[in-house]
Amino acid sequence: MSMGMPTVVPQQRFERETYLNKAYGVWSWLLTTDHKRIALLYLVSITFFFFIGGFFALLIRLELLTPAGDLVQADTYNKLFTQHGMVMIFFFLIPSIPATLGNFLVPMMVGAKDLAFPRINLLSWYLYIIGGALMLHCMLTGGVDTGWTFYVPFSSNFTNTKFVEAGIAIFIAGFSSILTGLNFVVTIHRMRAPGMTWSRLPLFIWAHYATSIIQLLGTPVVAITIVLVAAERALHLGIFDPRLGGDPLLFQHLFWFYSHPAVYIMILPSMGVVTEIIACFARKRIFGYQFVAFSSIAIAVFGFLVWAHHMFVAGISVYSALVFSFLSYAVALPSAIKVFNWTATLYKGSIHYDAPMLYAFGFLGLFTIGGLTGLFLAALGINVHVTDTYFVVAHFHYIMVGGALMGYLGGMHFWWPKISGKLYPEGWARLAALIVFIGFNLTFFPQFVLGYLGMPRRYYDYSHMPEFQVLNVLSTAGSTVLGVGYLLPMVYFLWSMRYGKPASDNPWNAAGLEWRTASPPPTLNFDVEPVVTWEAYNYEELDAPPQTQEVTVG
Amino acid sequence: MAEHTASNHSKSSPLKLYFGVWATLLVLTFVTYEVSLVDLGPFNSVVALVIASIKATLVALFFMHVWHASEKLTKLVIVAAVFFLLLLLGLTMTDYATRPWS
Repeated sequence: MSMGMPTVVPQQRFERETYLNKAYGVWSWLLTTDHKRIALLYLVSITFFFFIGGFFALLIRLELLTPAGDLVQADTYNKLFTQHGMVMIFFFLIPSIPATLGNFLVPMMVGAKDLAFPRINLLSWYLYIIGGALMLHCMLTGGVDTGWTFYVPFSSNFTNTKFVEAGIAIFIAGFSSILTGLNFVVTIHRMRAPGMTWSRLPLFIWAHYATSIIQLLGTPVVAITIVLVAAERALHLGIFDPRLGGDPLLFQHLFWFYSHPAVYIMILPSMGVVTEIIACFARKRIFGYQFVAFSSIAIAVFGFLVWAHHMFVAGISVYSALVFSFLSYAVALPSAIKVFNWTATLYKGSIHYDAPMLYAFGFLGLFTIGGLTGLFLAALGINVHVTDTYFVVAHFHYIMVGGALMGYLGGMHFWWPKISGKLYPEGWARLAALIVFIGFNLTFFPQFVLGYLGMPRRYYDYSHMPEFQVLNVLSTAGSTVLGVGYLLPMVYFLWSMRYGKPASDNPWNAAGLEWRTASPPPTLNFDVEPVVTWEAYNYEELDAPPQTQEVTVG
Repeated sequence: MAEHTASNHSKSSPLKLYFGVWATLLVLTFVTYEVSLVDLGPFNSVVALVIASIKATLVALFFMHVWHASEKLTKLVIVAAVFFLLLLLGLTMTDYATRPWS
C-alpha cells in the first residue's frame, strides 16, 4: 500500500526561494558553501565513478564467462580488478552516503543552518575531485595492477604500473574523507537545535557520528602507509623490505588498521539510513533506541580491533591470530543487536512496501548473509580453506553491495522528494528494487559456492577447472541484470527532476526535522529555528487521530 | 573563541613561547641524532621513540593550542587519538612479540 501522497500543491510553492533556485549558473554551484548543493556535487561525482567502476566489473564478469582467458590479456585483467576495487572503494563507497545523503541531511536532522565548516566542506569536494581526476588520468594512461590493497613487496619493489599516481590519488581523496568526518563531528556536537538532546537524535546521526570517528582516526593511518611505501620505493628507507631491515607484514598491519574499519565507513551510514526507513514504513519507534545508537559506536570502536583477520595465512604469530579471531567474533555482536532490533521494530508494525522499504528489506537479508559469512572467515580453520577464493569476494560484496549500496539506494529514494522537490515514479522504483535484489543474488550467491569449491580470486583463466563454468555463467548473467537495476533509478530520477509530480513537504508522513521544512528546503534549511520537544521516531503521535475537542453536556 | 585567544595572549607573550618550543624541538632533534651514534643496544629505539613522543606532545600542546583549550571536544579528540594509536601499537605487538621465529 502506498502512502497517500498529496498531489495538490499550493500555488505559492513555485515562487518560494529554495536552495535550488536561489542562484543559477556554473559558478553558483562550483563556489557554493551550501551543504545541500555540495551534497549534489558529490552525488554527480560519485555516480560518475560508480558507473566507471561498474563498467570494469562487467568486463571482469565477461572475461570469466568462459574458462579460457580469451577476452583480455592477463595483465589487463589485473588492472581491471585493481581499478574496479580502487574506484568503487575510495571514490564511490567511502564518500557514498556520508558525502551525499549525510552532507544533505546531517545539518537538517540536527536543526542547523549548515555544517560547522561550510568552506571546509567545499574544500573536501575539491580534494575528492583532484584525487578523482588523478585516478582517472592514471587509468587512462595505463592503470595499476597491484590489487586495491597494493601489498608490498609487489607495490614497492616490482610493479611497473602507475602505482605512485594511484597512491597520491587515494592519499588526496583520503583528506576529503577526513574533512567530511571532522565537519560531522563538530556539527553534531555543537550545532544541535535547542531541545535536540543526544537521546533525541535520529539514529542516522548516531551512525554518521560513529562513521566520522573512523574517518578521523583511521584515514591518517592509510595516508601514512602510502607515504611509507612511496618513501621505500623512492628513497630505499627500510620499512617493509627485509633486506633493508623492514618487515613486509608491517604494511599489512598498517593497511588493514584503516581498511578494515573502512568497511564500517561504508556500512554504518547505510545502517543509519535503514533505521530511518524501517521506523517510517513500519510506523513505529525504533525498538531499543539506546542499543541501536550505542551499537553504532561499538561497531566503530570494535572495528579497529579485528584487522589481522585479513592476515591469518600471511604469517602472523598464531597467538596473535587467536586474539584477532576472538575479537572478530566480538564485532558481530553490535551488528546482531541492530538486526534484532530492526526485526523487533517490524514486529506488529504497520508495514508499507514502498520502494525505500523494499531496499531496506533487501539490506536486512543481504547484510545478514554477508555478516554471518564474515564469521566463517573469522574462524581460523575455515579461513585457511577459503582464503583468496571467491568465498571472500562473495562475502564482502554481500556487505558492500548488498549492504552499503542497498542502503544508499533506499536512502536516495526515501529522501529524493526532499532533495529534488519531486516524486519519483513508485512503480518503476519498486521494479528496480526487485531487479537489483534478484540480479545481486544471481551474481554473488554462486560465488560463495565457487569459492567454497576452491575457485581462487583474481584468476582470469580457469581452463584447468572447467567444472566451474556453470556457476560463473550464472554470476555473469546476474551482473547484467544488476547493471539494468542500477541504470533504472538513474534514468527515472533524472526523468522525475523534470516530469515528476511536485512533492509535499512530508510525503511519507515521516518523523524527523528534515521533514518539517519545505521540499526542496530553503538555503538556510528552516524559516524559523526549530525547537525540539519530542522524542525521535514519534510515529505513534504522528499517526494518532487528531484530537477532537471534548464536548461536555452542561 | 575570540575571548579565549585574548585571555591566552594576556598570560604570556605567545611569540616568546613559540620560539621557546621551537628551540626545544631543535635541541631534541639534535639529541636524537647524537644518541643514535651511541650504541645502547635495544635502547636506541626506546630513546628515539621517547624523544619523538616528547616532541609530538610539545607540538600538540603549544602549536596546536591544546594547552589552553577550554573545549571539551578538543580534549575528547586528543584522548581518542592517543587511545587509537595505543590500539594500533598494542595489537600489532600481539604479533611481533609472540612470533616464535624472530
